Amino acid sequence: MNERNERIHGVACTFRKVSDVFHAAEKVRDAGWKNWDVHTPFPIHGMDQAMGLPRSPVPRLTLLGGVTGFITGCLLTWYMNSYDYPLIVGGKPYWSVIFPFPVLYECTILFAAFGTFFGQFIFNRLPRHNHPLFDLPHFARVSDDTFMIVLEARDPRFHLDESRNFLQSLGGQEITVIRD
Amino acid sequence: MAHAHDSSPERPAILDKVRPAELPRSPLILNNRGFHWITDKVCGIVEEETPLWWKIMFGVALFVASFTFLGLGYLVATGTGTWGLRSPVGWGWAIVNFVFWVGIGHAGTLISAILCLLRQKWRTSINRAAEAMTIFAVCCAGLFPLFHVGRVWFGWWLLPLPNQNGIWPQFRSPLEWDVFAVSTYFTVSTLFWYMGMIPDLGTIRDRATTWWRKAFYSVLAMGWRGGNRQWSNFEMAYLLLAGLSTPLVLSVHTIVSFDFAVSNVPGWHTTIFPPYFVAGAIFSGFAMVLTLMLPLRAIYRLHDVINQYHIDNMCKIILATGTMVGYAYATEFFIAAYSGNSFEKFAFVNRAFGQYAWAYWIMVSCNVITPQLFWFKKVRENHSLVWIICLFVNVGMWFERFVITITSLANDYLPSSWGYYSPTIVDIFTFFGTFGFFSVLFLLFVRFLPLLPMAEVKMVAPQADPHAH
Repeated sequence: MNERNERIHGVACTFRKVSDVFHAAEKVRDAGWKNWDVHTPFPIHGMDQAMGLPRSPVPRLTLLGGVTGFITGCLLTWYMNSYDYPLIVGGKPYWSVIFPFPVLYECTILFAAFGTFFGQFIFNRLPRHNHPLFDLPHFARVSDDTFMIVLEARDPRFHLDESRNFLQSLGGQEITVIRD
Repeated sequence: MAHAHDSSPERPAILDKVRPAELPRSPLILNNRGFHWITDKVCGIVEEETPLWWKIMFGVALFVASFTFLGLGYLVATGTGTWGLRSPVGWGWAIVNFVFWVGIGHAGTLISAILCLLRQKWRTSINRAAEAMTIFAVCCAGLFPLFHVGRVWFGWWLLPLPNQNGIWPQFRSPLEWDVFAVSTYFTVSTLFWYMGMIPDLGTIRDRATTWWRKAFYSVLAMGWRGGNRQWSNFEMAYLLLAGLSTPLVLSVHTIVSFDFAVSNVPGWHTTIFPPYFVAGAIFSGFAMVLTLMLPLRAIYRLHDVINQYHIDNMCKIILATGTMVGYAYATEFFIAAYSGNSFEKFAFVNRAFGQYAWAYWIMVSCNVITPQLFWFKKVRENHSLVWIICLFVNVGMWFERFVITITSLANDYLPSSWGYYSPTIVDIFTFFGTFGFFSVLFLLFVRFLPLLPMAEVKMVAPQADPHAH
């Protein structure tokens, strides 16, 4: 493919040690980068702060799921046992929040779990199988024992040569340009 | 209180100079194994040529599983009369087996959820296999009530759907609560298990050399890239699922115990049932985890990641929960004596000295006496003995459910309608086969999915600490 027609996704560099990538991430954060990421084989404790990431939004969907689940459980049991086919059992009210409580409880947990599970996928923009990073030959090692910092081209600070030099100054190795 | 010592004038000056001693902790990973070693070890299990023992075991497991299909096939073709159920015992082995298998499942969620919230780092190397065990045990458990309904093609009446007369399920029934509890448990456990596996599936994908392997694991890994922005959401979701699974796992066996406790049969109608059932479930589940993990550890030489510290901890949990179960047995007798209810008193005297006394004493010796051996370090370090004790616990917990279910029904209020329950060959086939069914699923898991959570094990390695030098 023609060099000029290729769009650049960003530049990447690798680190071998957790402490190195951790301190490098702090420097990228302090330099004011917004569109960048640290790829690691496991979650590094404190990396969210080192990158300056806000709190994950997943709990919002958990709450939404839980509330939906509780209401669904209420509607389900009320509609079935009290509205559509009311049955008198033991002279008790057709519906109360007490007797179907185990059902409401389980529905709350079930829907909250769905909210959490799908929330993780939604906020992570997954599934996505065609990411430019997968074309890097050494990206496969990132799920094993290598750490990678990627500075993305869509960040206003991005300038190919300067970004390369910046990564070099952080101590990154295998500095590579990622093409879209 | 926390600040009291700072302002106190009597505080000795030396306290500012000395540094607190570092408490020695047992290492979770022995021999300073690095990240790459962990990847190689776990992926190696999936990537190696299918070992001979696996093929043999898989064949045996399939053969054993066929007994369940024979038993259930005969049952469906003939009717539930082929089980040993007759008046007065309408809940026989099927309910015993259901409670037994659901109980087995509980250790998986305990390890993955409750120990996660309690920040017990040792859980990492065993949680994946324990969660798999949970899911497969719930699969086995679900078969029994489903076929116990008799005409299994009406099994959908359990679901919140109207039947052909427009009648809905009755939510005042604990059996209907059970449907919701067990199906929610199965679903949430599966979501939790699968989500935790995504990063590891990504690792296997990245190492894949053949196209089919690459395709298979790519689909499962959902395009995971391990960026910290992804990890941040992942960790939050993982923590939330742990937080949701904790009340869930406690509720599931509570609701299973409601199947008994909400009735008014002597010996069942007790408020102690929920905590007693949950403790028993965790007890039996940990025994099953050790029963499975000790051989796997030996076969795959996982001694550096599942070490004596892990085994010690599990033995101690078995000891603690076994003692709780023993305490519950004693409390039941006390409550029966204290209740002043002659039926309740009789139910317990009858358990220990009646026609099923043999089952009661098997239960007590396996569940209360055997685990007491775990007080001794020598026993916990002898893994063959640990394995045998765990088998005893498994047997004992099956008998616990047998004693609860059968003795209360066989001798309740009216002596004229007392009876003696025995299983038929169809019962025995069906139950025996579930061990095969479970093994088939577990062997497939061992062969095709990451047995240990690589990312989580790496996370607790000392070199994963960004402030370590």
